[in-house]
Amino acid sequence: MTVEQVLFLITGAVTLIAAVMVVTSPRLVHAGLWLIMALAGMAVLFVLLENGFLAVVQVAIYIDAIAILIIITVMLTRAVMRETEPQMNRLWVLAGLGASMLFAGLMAIALQLGATAPASLAAVLEPEAGLELLGRSLVDVDAFILPFEVASVLLVAALIGAIVVAMVPRGGASAQDGR
Amino acid sequence: MIPLSWYLILAAALFCVGLFGVLARRNAVAILMGIELMLNAVNLNLLAFWRYLHSDQVSGQVFVIIVFAVAAAEAAVGLALIISIYRRRQTVAAEEIDMLKW
Repeated sequence: MTVEQVLFLITGAVTLIAAVMVVTSPRLVHAGLWLIMALAGMAVLFVLLENGFLAVVQVAIYIDAIAILIIITVMLTRAVMRETEPQMNRLWVLAGLGASMLFAGLMAIALQLGATAPASLAAVLEPEAGLELLGRSLVDVDAFILPFEVASVLLVAALIGAIVVAMVPRGGASAQDGR
Repeated sequence: MIPLSWYLILAAALFCVGLFGVLARRNAVAILMGIELMLNAVNLNLLAFWRYLHSDQVSGQVFVIIVFAVAAAEAAVGLALIISIYRRRQTVAAEEIDMLKW
């Protein structure tokens, strides 16, 4: 086994264990911290795939923004669900069964695909050249400017929508019963 | 060299773990965490295919970047909804949020 394969196996095992802990941990704050672990493992896998830029983006967006947002929400809402309450719903056995069946199917496809995959890696561009090409293609009229602009509109809409939805209603929260 | 199928199997495992979290957890924030895991697994798949098949092109990376943007928007709106529901109903358990259930 090469060094890369050992690194992949270690990182993959850590990521997978962290992911399992995210969905099974009874304490939500712990689940959030395990989520950071899983996302960091994913960033290492991105580096193994020779894409350092997206690894940095993964750290900056997922770990820095989304995971912190999730943990803050857990802290804002933690008083309602005690750790002693069951954290899984009644149908969790069915959910586990469905998820493992999907995994079996996906693994069969992955093994088939892996058998037909090219034996050697495709040539990768120089990191700087590849990054420049990526940046140019995002604003190129012939390439990806439309998805790029739609994504920016989506982000602005989500930002404004999140502020409006989470705003304290006029007259204080206690005045609104909701029912 | 790492075989492509290793990445695919790991991504499939992560996706299914996230799917289990979405289907089985009661807490709405935990459900969102499962969704993030699933989106990450998809990103790993996209990048693995990009690296092994078409690493001279940018489309695989652009897909990943768009998924990042959508994940950020989804997390922001989802968590804002959860905070708003918590403020009005004092609950974050998914089965108790049933106002629209007839």
